[in-house]
Amino acid sequence: MSFTPFRIPIVPQLKKNMILSLIEKGLRIDGRRPEEPRPVKIVTHYLDKAEGSAYVELGKTKVIAGVKLEVGEPFRDMPDLGVFTVHAEFVPLASPSFEPGPPDENAIELSRVIDRSYRELGAVELEKLSIIPGKKVWIVWVDLYIIDHDGNLLDASMIASLAALKTTRIPGFKVEGDNVVVDKEATSGTLPLKEEAVYVHIAKIGDHLIVDPSLDEEVVADSRIAFAVSRDGRIAGIQKMGQGGMTIDEINNAMELALSVAPKYFNAVDAAVNNEGNEGR
Amino acid sequence: MKYGEKPQLIKEDGTRLDGRRPEEPRPIHMEVGVLENADGSALVSFGKTRVLAAVYGPREPIQKYMVLPDRAILRVRYHMAPFSTGERKSPAPSRREIELSKVIREALEPVVMTELYPRTMIDLFIEVLQADGGTRTTGVTAASLALADAGIAMRDLVSGVAIGKVNGKLVVDIDEVEDMYGEADMPVAMATRLGKVVLLQLNGVLSKEEFVKAMDMARKTLEAISEMQRKTLLEKYSKVLQS
Repeated sequence: MSFTPFRIPIVPQLKKNMILSLIEKGLRIDGRRPEEPRPVKIVTHYLDKAEGSAYVELGKTKVIAGVKLEVGEPFRDMPDLGVFTVHAEFVPLASPSFEPGPPDENAIELSRVIDRSYRELGAVELEKLSIIPGKKVWIVWVDLYIIDHDGNLLDASMIASLAALKTTRIPGFKVEGDNVVVDKEATSGTLPLKEEAVYVHIAKIGDHLIVDPSLDEEVVADSRIAFAVSRDGRIAGIQKMGQGGMTIDEINNAMELALSVAPKYFNAVDAAVNNEGNEGR
Repeated sequence: MKYGEKPQLIKEDGTRLDGRRPEEPRPIHMEVGVLENADGSALVSFGKTRVLAAVYGPREPIQKYMVLPDRAILRVRYHMAPFSTGERKSPAPSRREIELSKVIREALEPVVMTELYPRTMIDLFIEVLQADGGTRTTGVTAASLALADAGIAMRDLVSGVAIGKVNGKLVVDIDEVEDMYGEADMPVAMATRLGKVVLLQLNGVLSKEEFVKAMDMARKTLEAISEMQRKTLLEKYSKVLQS
């Protein structure tokens, strides 16, 4: 069941009017230009026990991504492929509007939207994650933990998952008959990733499009849309969100904006990954 | 990623497996007022995909705290019948159904004039009776007909269709086989008279040029579907007026 949100974060009327009147002048409440995302901070190897991890700040939004690798059984219809899953938790410490309990529709949507773009790109080379064909494969669990919500959880979560996957190490293992003995202290390689994508989330406020909406901007937005953009500039996923509609022209403009912003996110990921180990925790 | 033996989805003569041209939707059937108890209902099929939608309300919310002082709350459930798929589908709501309930609700929010019904709830139940690709777009098309049939004030009807990319070619209204073995599935719903896209998702990979073309194909098809919806409603209500 999906309900019209009836417990909406309250944006004071004064602030709402200010957001709207600034947008008319091409300005934003936090001083950004319409096409300007917030600063991205990425810390890779954030956790020791996860096979891959990243801590990401997008402005004041904070997300942790943890990648765990486990040996398990493949799906019956894909016996020679590893398994890849994305899961998101909107834990209650992140926002007054998050409640404890199983993932709600927003958390489910976020994880499915991220999962789809990796899957459709064939980003993770699942065929290389088979250990005993038909019997044992690596299961890649990407868990996204939202810990501070200031809007645009999607871009932040996607960046966190990408940085974590790019720095994921496969544990050492030995095949003994039909069993796989895992040695988490050892490493047998890095996770094979052949494609990458970032999401760029765009909000429509009045007749204006803005990139990377903050929470206040998200709440007052008429409509929102996110495009997954691959390294080579293809579109690897779209999700329209929010309660309003957009014209086809607005959507095409949003797509152009997304294509122009995506390299900024990729650069931030590259800088963090190439610098790995240098960043403090 | 898709696996298994991949069938040739576009034949030598440029037609699809079931003989359709790339821009040709499946045969579409629409009927409104098919249920007795519901305030409004509709049965819509696109080829073998068949979806039933029913509306209850505006009515008093079941839980008293679920109200908004200035408008109605929309409550939407997209659900697949256990017998709608090849293998039996568990009736428990899946993560997919939860997500689709949300995107369908968000597709209808812009057209339903909820501000006319403050402090109430409008319930919309969508049951997929048979799934052969395009269930969410068939569902949203049926849902908007059911809302209109319930006499709920709306700014426009909502019409949906999925554009796909199969064997490198963009095609309209993909069925299950084309979805399974194709390269992309892009469900689109529009309020065509308002010129607004109200639902848009992409599962798959498209170039920028393909995306622009796919949106244009969607708009053309949806304008025709919207006209069919209007005709279906007019047929029923002109009979009601004559009786």
